Amino acid sequence: MDNLTIEGSAKTPTVEFKAEGKLLIKGRSIPENSIEFYKPLLDWIGNYGGAPKGDTEVNIQLEYFNTSSSKCILDVFKKLETLSGTNVTINWYYEEDDEDMLEAGEDYQAIIDIPFKMIEVEEL
Amino acid sequence: MIDIFELYKNMERNNIILSFKGAITSELLSSVLQIMESKMDDLDESLKTRRKVFNVLVECLQNLYHHIDDFKIEGSPEEVAKLKSAVFMISRNEGYYNVVTGNFLLSENVPKLTDRITTINSFDREELKEYYKSVLNNGEMSAKGGGGLGFIDIAKKSGEKLDYSFSTVDDTYSFFTLIVKIEQQ
Repeated sequence: MDNLTIEGSAKTPTVEFKAEGKLLIKGRSIPENSIEFYKPLLDWIGNYGGAPKGDTEVNIQLEYFNTSSSKCILDVFKKLETLSGTNVTINWYYEEDDEDMLEAGEDYQAIIDIPFKMIEVEEL
Repeated sequence: MIDIFELYKNMERNNIILSFKGAITSELLSSVLQIMESKMDDLDESLKTRRKVFNVLVECLQNLYHHIDDFKIEGSPEEVAKLKSAVFMISRNEGYYNVVTGNFLLSENVPKLTDRITTINSFDREELKEYYKSVLNNGEMSAKGGGGLGFIDIAKKSGEKLDYSFSTVDDTYSFFTLIVKIEQQ
């Protein structure tokens, strides 16, 4: 299974999905059309689900995301929720005193049935 | 003939950092966001203020961007261009930023939009948070990825009620004005 690597831009995040079970979304996610951007991510997770590693670690390190991305991020988590045969954990990073980003993580945590870890960092 | 010096003085008086009238494109939004980020950097705004203004600005401008496709316009290219253009303005006053947007919409959609904003304005912070979560989880996503979260998010991030008004243009169209206030932190 191939890794999925997408270089970040001013409006889209860096994506590194590794077949060894490490998934990273980092940067800004504020595209006008987020469905288009997130489609390959959902497809990759679908394929990964065929033969996942024992542990799947998901790292979300977003600085900004728009509401159009927020639905797509939820879809990513919902897709991860459907995986069986692997222990998924989501690490939700936020910059210190970015209450909005912490709150956004808690919103997902309340909706999604996967263990979340909220990780405060000085700078993303 | 328009007096550009008057326009300049007016903008200066109202502390306008940036204003634009015309078609809203993806490239324009990228430039505006970049300009505002470096402007806030120059002004030494706190990280908190920068984040809030940036977030609200993204949602407000993308509202305008997506809205362009919401209605079909029949008429000459000039008429189409006029109705598809929008206006926005960002100002920085004592203690707060203002993001003001204006766009045309079909008058028949005024009651629906009024309802939506009235509902959002009726909520306190906690209720708004719960409302956001329920729309995020249950709301249908539009083809453009909107899904009705924009206004809720703007209200949540700004921490203020949404200030808005409608002006009647003609039998078919109205003009929608939205004013979002963001307190400096």
